[in-house]
Amino acid sequence: MIRVAVQHRLGSFDLKAQFVSDGRVTALFGRSGSGKTSLVNAIGGLIRPTCAHISLDGEILVDTERRVFVAKHRRRVAYVFQDARLFPHLTVRQNLLYGRWFTPAKKRFGQLAQVVELLGIGHLLQRRPRNLSGGEKQRVAIGRALLASPRLLIMDEPLASLDEARKAEILPYLERLYDETKVPIIYVSHSVSEVARLADTLVVMAEGRVEATGPTADVMARLDLPPFTDLIEAGAVLEAEILKHDDSFGLTVLSLCGSHLWVPRLDRHRVGAKVRVHIRARDVMLSTRPPDRLSALNVLRGTIAEIGPQRGPIRDVRLDCGGQAILARLTRRSVESLHLTEGATVYAVIKAVGLDRQTFGAASRHANGADTTAIPI
Amino acid sequence: MFTLTPEEKTALELSLRVALWATVASLPPGLLIAMVLSRGKFWGKSILNGIVFLPLVLPPVVTGYLLLLLFGRHGPLGAFLADNFGIVFAFRWTGAALACAVMGFPLLVRALQLSIDTIDRGLEDAAGTLGASPGWVFVTVTLPLILPGIIAGTILSFARAMGEFGATITFVSNIPGETQTLPTAIYTFTQVPGGEFAAFRLTAIAVVVSMSALLASESIGGIVGHRIGVEA
Repeated sequence: MIRVAVQHRLGSFDLKAQFVSDGRVTALFGRSGSGKTSLVNAIGGLIRPTCAHISLDGEILVDTERRVFVAKHRRRVAYVFQDARLFPHLTVRQNLLYGRWFTPAKKRFGQLAQVVELLGIGHLLQRRPRNLSGGEKQRVAIGRALLASPRLLIMDEPLASLDEARKAEILPYLERLYDETKVPIIYVSHSVSEVARLADTLVVMAEGRVEATGPTADVMARLDLPPFTDLIEAGAVLEAEILKHDDSFGLTVLSLCGSHLWVPRLDRHRVGAKVRVHIRARDVMLSTRPPDRLSALNVLRGTIAEIGPQRGPIRDVRLDCGGQAILARLTRRSVESLHLTEGATVYAVIKAVGLDRQTFGAASRHANGADTTAIPI
Repeated sequence: MFTLTPEEKTALELSLRVALWATVASLPPGLLIAMVLSRGKFWGKSILNGIVFLPLVLPPVVTGYLLLLLFGRHGPLGAFLADNFGIVFAFRWTGAALACAVMGFPLLVRALQLSIDTIDRGLEDAAGTLGASPGWVFVTVTLPLILPGIIAGTILSFARAMGEFGATITFVSNIPGETQTLPTAIYTFTQVPGGEFAAFRLTAIAVVVSMSALLASESIGGIVGHRIGVEA
């Protein structure tokens, strides 16, 4: 459980944010300059806020009223920085073991071998950081932070400086990390797809303030959060169960809202596993009658729960679909010509190919998640 | 075969001893001052900066004379150190080392400061979040990263000490076997008729020593720079 309340002035920028989270992966989401990094720097002890109260599992890290400020090296809050920050004078192996040195033996967890295996960096151990690719550097940085046996892991835009191919290379490792360790994570990002895929709790920031906080699916289904709704990637996050893999067409069938969702084959997941699906609002069409003879494979029935405010020619619509929310991005013209009103029954048409690999993640990453078998590493 | 006369040997040994002591003793305070000048924000920083770099701009004779006033037998610091610790600088080789240290100090501090300025502070932050206390951060991250600067600074300061003349001769005079270093010995030979050959021999020795120091620093710097992944 982490409790954060921070007030800090940096030049003309005014940070005034608070949130509470007991999620496994808490994402701090917002545009560049929204204060995300300052907020995690206050949590990690890299800045000394003017006025703050920060506690981790009941232990106070900062309390300016009582003049408590735990130094960063005593917090056991490890960092993965955007720019890796590996020590150039040490080998990869020495980098990995650096934090271990300073951790009391009783508080250590995880073995070098396990972490190396988890991140797939065994072949790099004798190398020096300058010879590594960006993705390799970031994986070593993650391993180094883990081996410091932290109580909290802060990841500050760990993928932002990588190209798409490198991101795709690292994301599976991040998911394994979340599934196989127990360390709670604060994940700073401005990418909707990363957040949708990885976070279970979401804190949305804008201009130094917290705009919203809550479970990822709930927050992403809201229509009144410009930091989200303004983005192309905006869309709902749903949980679905894998029913079967269809090899002849290379598809996977998911059970969602009492209906079936056909998606490109998900090789990494077993039948019966729960996955989360990020359905982008722009990939969803609405029909007032059950459509037939459509190329789109997926039609879900739902009722309109909310029609969002108009933004230029666009209006977002939220459907209630067996208890889960789906967002659809329509033109204002369509909303009017179909006479869509709240409470009306509609059919959401989703193109299967719109759901690419980037939109899926393993589901239920909660502290006591039923789905994940957390092994202590 | 080139053999050294006892006088030459004495002068060379003394020069090396003076230069080594001057360099080694000025390294810790040099590091401290360089850290303070590079990282510190305090009132009077430019004054400290000015004092450190003063020997670089003053005529060496003036520096030597100031040292004589301060550290001479009757100078305030000299008397204090002699009475309380039995350390005497005036007309001793220790005084020559002090003069050399003071003259080389600006060069050492400058090299260290430049090197500290180039360190990515983010690396030190990263070490801190991994559990290293500020002291350990300095030893395990800062120090290794400024090693090329330390090497460059020590070599500069050593070379300066080997060549120091004005401040030394003003402060501790030119006593064979006690304060007569290579440069002052060369000076002495040029002042006596028929001393040109002896002066030339000493000059050759000075060139060899300085050249070796430079080559050594080049190769050590190269190895260290390669190890830590920066160009030295």
